[in-house]
Amino acid sequence: MSAHDSVELAAVRPDFAAIAAWIPKGASVLDLGCGDGSLLRFLRDMREVRGYGVDINDANIVACIRNGVNVIQDDLDTGLSGFESLSFDYVILSQTLQAIRHTEALVQEILRVGKAGIVSFPNFGYWRNRLKILCGNMPVSRELPYQWYDTPNVHLCTLCDFEDFCANQNVQILDRRVMTGGEQVKVLPNLLGSTAVYRFQRRA
Amino acid sequence: MNSLKSLGVVNAQRATFDTPLKFSSGAVLPRYELAYETYGTLNADRSNAILVCHALSGNHHVAGYYSDNPKNVGWWDNMIGPGKPVDTDKFFVIGMNNLGGCHGSTGPSSINPETGKPYGSSFPVVTVEDWVESQARLADRLGIEQFAAVLGGSLGGMQAMQWSLSFPQRVRHVLIIAAAPHLTAENIAFNDVARNAILTDPDFHGGDFYQYNVVPTRGLRLARMLGHITYLSDDAMADKFGRSLRAGKLGFTYDIEFEIESYLRYQGDKFAAYFDANTYLLMTKALDYFDPAREYGGNLDKAFSAAQANFLVLSFTTDWRFAPERSREIVHALLHNRRNVSYAEITSTHGHDSFLMQDQHYHDVMRVYLDRIAGDLSI
Repeated sequence: MSAHDSVELAAVRPDFAAIAAWIPKGASVLDLGCGDGSLLRFLRDMREVRGYGVDINDANIVACIRNGVNVIQDDLDTGLSGFESLSFDYVILSQTLQAIRHTEALVQEILRVGKAGIVSFPNFGYWRNRLKILCGNMPVSRELPYQWYDTPNVHLCTLCDFEDFCANQNVQILDRRVMTGGEQVKVLPNLLGSTAVYRFQRRA
Repeated sequence: MNSLKSLGVVNAQRATFDTPLKFSSGAVLPRYELAYETYGTLNADRSNAILVCHALSGNHHVAGYYSDNPKNVGWWDNMIGPGKPVDTDKFFVIGMNNLGGCHGSTGPSSINPETGKPYGSSFPVVTVEDWVESQARLADRLGIEQFAAVLGGSLGGMQAMQWSLSFPQRVRHVLIIAAAPHLTAENIAFNDVARNAILTDPDFHGGDFYQYNVVPTRGLRLARMLGHITYLSDDAMADKFGRSLRAGKLGFTYDIEFEIESYLRYQGDKFAAYFDANTYLLMTKALDYFDPAREYGGNLDKAFSAAQANFLVLSFTTDWRFAPERSREIVHALLHNRRNVSYAEITSTHGHDSFLMQDQHYHDVMRVYLDRIAGDLSI
C-alpha cells in the first residue's frame, strides 16, 4: 500500500487514524474481528507494527492474506485461549464490539492478552440514531448499515453505556476520541458523535 | 471438474546419491536413489522453487500425466499446474518419492546391492527428519539453496513443518495442511491395527515376502480399508453410501451387501495391487514417531523456536484424523514464537481427504497465499 493509499484509507475510516495515533512505532498488535485486514495493513504501513488479525469469515481470511497480513480464523466468542497473557502491546476491537455475544468475557480477555486495549464502535446515542427511533424506526446509517432483521449487531451501546461498563469491569479508560464524519467532536459527544474510539487498560 | 489445463505430459527422473545417509535410528544407507518430477522452470536466481511433500500413499507423481498412460494423473493435479493455485507458470515445483517408498526411490522392495536381494525387513525405519535430510540433498543436487515454499498435506504437512526446524534458513514459507504436531494415542492405535493386519498376514514372511514370490495382500487390503474409513467423515460416508444395498435387499449372508462394503473392498484391492506392504509399515511408523516437541519435554513452543519461515496452516472442519484443534496447536506455538502465520479452517464434508479435493475456498486461500509469495519474489 502506498502512502497515498494510506491517506485515502484514513479519510474513509477516521477511526484508523485515531488508532494509529495512539500506537507507537514497531508495537505488536492483535486486531480482533479484523475484517479484510485494512487496519493492520494501515498500521503496518504507518507504524511498522507486527500484527495478527482474528476473523471468522472465510472471505475475510482470503482478503487478509491478499493484503499480506497475518490472520487466524477463529471465533471471538470462544475466547483467546491460544494467545499468551500480555503477549501484545495492543489488542484492538475495531467496529466489532457491538457484534460480540460475550462482551464482558472478551473485554477481560483483551486485557489479559494485551497490555492495553483499543475499541471503536458506533455510538447508538448519536442524535441521528435517537431521531430515527423517535420517528419510529431503527436507525440505518453509514455506521449502522443493517436492517433490524439482518444485523450482526447484538450489543449496541452509547458512549455513556460503554463508560459505565468500563467502570464496572475494572477497566481504566486512558483516551477517548469521538468523531462524526471524520471530524473530532468535543461538545456533547454522546449526542453529537457518531463513532467513538477508546484506549484503555486494566485498572491497577 | 477442473477447468484449468493440466501440465500435460511429465517425466519421472532419478537421482543417485553415493554419500551415505545416516538415519535417526542410527542405520546407514550407503547409496540410494530418489525418484522425482519437476514442473515449471527454475528462474535465474533459483528463488522460485517449491517442494511438495507427499503423504502416506503418495509419490513423486504430483501433477500432469505420463505419455504412455494419460490416465495416470498426478495425485494433486487439481492444485498444481499452469494457472492453478501452485502455479507452474511462476514456480518451479518438485515432487519427490520419499525414501522407503515403492515408486522409484530406494525402499524395502529395491534390490540391496550388497546382497542382490530386496532389502525387505532389513530396510531401516525412516523418520520425517530423515526424509527432510534426503530432500535437502536433492535440493542441493538441483542447485536450490532456499525454497520459496515447502508444502504438504497430512504426513506431507509434517515434512513441511520439519523443514522449518531442520533447515530454517532454507525455506521462506511453509504450508502445513491437514497435519498435526504429533499423532494422538487414538491415531497411533489406528496405525497399529493397520500394521498388525500386515504383520500377521502369513504371506508377510517377516517382511521378506519378495523371495517367496507372494504379497501380503490380505493384510495390506485390511490396512487400507481401515485407513480409508478414518480419512472420510461420517457425513461423507452417509451421503455417498448411506445404507444402500447392492442387491436392493438383505441376502442373509456374509458377502458384500452394503455399498460401503463394496467400496472399501474395492479401495483395498486397488491399493494392495500396487502398494508395498513394507512401505506401508514404514510410512505409518514415521507418522507415529513424528513429534518435534519430544526433545523439548513436550514443549512445542520451544521446538519451533528455531523456525524462521512464514507459515500458512490449514485444517478441515470434518477431518477427525487430523482435527482442526491439532492444527491450532501448531498455530499457537508459532504465535508464541512471533512467527508470521495465517490459519484457515476450511469448511468441508470430506474428512481428512478434503486436502486432496477441489474446493473453491480452499484453493482461493492457497492461491492468494502463493500469489503473495510470487509477488514478494517479483516472479
